[in-house]
Amino acid sequence: MSHSENAAPSNKLVRALIYTVLIFFVIYYLLPLYVMLVNSVKTLEDIRTGNLMALPKLLTFQPWRDAWSNAQIGVEATGLKPYFANSLMIVVPAVALSTITGALNGYVLTKYRFPGADIVFGMLLLSCFIPFQIVLIPAARILGLIGWSGTIQGLILIHFVYGIGFSTLFFRNYYAAFPTELIRAAQIDGASFFQIFRRILLPSSGPIIVVTVIWQFTNQWNDFLFGASFSGYTSTPITVALNNLVNSSTGVKEYNVHFAGAVLAALPTLIVYIVSGRYFVRGLMAGAVKG
Amino acid sequence: MASLTIDNLHKSYGATKVLKGINIEIEDGGFLVLVGPSGCGKSTLLNTIAGLEEITEGDIRIGGTSVAGLHPSKRDIAMVFQSYALYPNMTVAQNISFGMEIRKIDKPTREAAIKRVADVLQIEELLKRKPSQLSGGQRQRVAMGRALVRDPQVFLFDEPLSNLDAKLRVDMRTEIKRLHQRMGTTIVYVTHDQIEALTLATKIAVLKAGELQQFGTPDEIYNDPINMFVAEFMGSPSMNLLDCDVTNEDGLMLRLAGGQYPDVVLPAPDCDGLARYVGQTVKLGVRPEALTDPEGANRSTDRIVEAMCYIDVVEPAGSDTFAVAKIGAFEAIARLRADAQITPGELTPLAFNMSKAVFFDPATQQRIR
Ligand SMILES: Nc1ncnc2c1ncn2[C@@H]1O[C@H](COP(=O)(O)OP(=O)(O)O)[C@@H](O)[C@H]1O
Ligand SMILES: [Mg+2]
Repeated sequence: MSHSENAAPSNKLVRALIYTVLIFFVIYYLLPLYVMLVNSVKTLEDIRTGNLMALPKLLTFQPWRDAWSNAQIGVEATGLKPYFANSLMIVVPAVALSTITGALNGYVLTKYRFPGADIVFGMLLLSCFIPFQIVLIPAARILGLIGWSGTIQGLILIHFVYGIGFSTLFFRNYYAAFPTELIRAAQIDGASFFQIFRRILLPSSGPIIVVTVIWQFTNQWNDFLFGASFSGYTSTPITVALNNLVNSSTGVKEYNVHFAGAVLAALPTLIVYIVSGRYFVRGLMAGAVKG
Repeated sequence: MASLTIDNLHKSYGATKVLKGINIEIEDGGFLVLVGPSGCGKSTLLNTIAGLEEITEGDIRIGGTSVAGLHPSKRDIAMVFQSYALYPNMTVAQNISFGMEIRKIDKPTREAAIKRVADVLQIEELLKRKPSQLSGGQRQRVAMGRALVRDPQVFLFDEPLSNLDAKLRVDMRTEIKRLHQRMGTTIVYVTHDQIEALTLATKIAVLKAGELQQFGTPDEIYNDPINMFVAEFMGSPSMNLLDCDVTNEDGLMLRLAGGQYPDVVLPAPDCDGLARYVGQTVKLGVRPEALTDPEGANRSTDRIVEAMCYIDVVEPAGSDTFAVAKIGAFEAIARLRADAQITPGELTPLAFNMSKAVFFDPATQQRIR
């Protein structure tokens, strides 16, 4: 009794402290987003004469329209639209491929163990820690050899291969906690390797699929280095295009268009997080607790 | 239905030998229980029968045909796992019919089979539920249903009841026995619970560290154990194993040193082997029910010998009363009638049923016959 009475006030104090710190960080992280959003709906005049933090005097969506379809990027005034499409065409297949491969790897590494499985896994893990810069030149050489330099499929390949390490790590740890008896039961029921994967393992992999997709999508969408190194005229991803937009040296700097473009470029990852963030946390926890 | 033969079976994981030359034969319709302490290789043996583990050496035959190298689904077996291993994303009905679905059996046949099994196990009302919505006992039933529906030659059970609470365990044990009597299918059943082994089996195989200790009927295993391990492992409370000196004074006598209390002296029963141990110490094995109050002793044998023993603790257990007797350095558990008059801290006469006594060589731990 007396214990809980003593505990209550100090508990409240701790809570207040925690919330203060949390709110501080929320503001700290939301401020840049606020600046971007607010200035993307101001006129250029407004930005030049006013303050970065101030609300717009006159609300306008023209910067968004310009950034999307009119802005001068490189030599042509196409806006970010075609580059956004490039990014989608690169990232969606690369995410799908690296996720499926990671799931299959995890399945084999945990449930169809073979001699040396741990060494293979160790080497796959190592690939997570190799800095991008180290592989640039060999990768360029390989893309050149197979004739995929500067193409969409070239970038898909690079992102796909680079994603395998992490997706394998995620799935392997998740499947390590998956009961082996279920696999055995399915074997006795006569299910084949792929039937077990599709009918037993995948339906129980929801959380880890979400985690992997978010992880891969964010990394690949936000990638700049591979995009800048390996893309060609028709395969430039949006991150590189945004850079070109902001750094174009001709004419006046249209900050409002730049802000709008930056938000546009960040939008898909934001949406992915908002839609599936709940599952993301749940998936990470599931792996952590069971593993 | 089929007989099952395990012929000189060896299984190693790399350098670790898990099974070391197992020989077991169970007749068509038999109920074989594999029993032994945790880690002795019971599950491994069962998995090799199922084809889930490859064998290193030897052979396994079901109905006289070798199944070595055959895929689990081709061996005509069904297995119930300790964790039940129900597919979490499927309903009970889908769980039961998954194997048939894989074998591309048409829907009406599948549904008829589900219905038949659900009827036998009384799980009709559960068919549409997911495993997560079932209690432990219900999951157990569904797991059995998934095995039953295959109508196999041999059923394999790996500690199917060990995750249930005590009451349910007893109920399900009876139910498994009833199912076996009804269908007459050969069963191999793994447990570390010796009561389950004794109640269910037609044949028991006692394993220890990958070696078969004894293979026989429950009666043989219980009353005629081959060594001290089997004697101690089977039975609850376990058999009393007491040091005694073999002397020859007008016939073979056994003397149990009493320490501060009088020695317990018993005439040796008919046991030719004992003659070789005169002047030596052997282990006398008496089960608690063969050590009782004189009034409660079984009078159908003339081998009842009374001796004064110091009673240390008395534990009433409803139907019986257990008493711990101190004989020298040893504690012997006696099983008395519930209403036996007995007081702890006193010397009391106890009746030894010497017709049930067994003897072991303390060095080799083997039975003296
Ligand atoms: N995959 C494996 N690799 C190495 N050793 C194993 C493997 N599986 C089981 N063992 C060992 O084999 C022995 C028997 O295991 P198991 O058959 O599961 O025992 P039980 O079912 O009787 O408790 C144990 O000592 C265990 O450590
Ligand atoms: Mg086991």
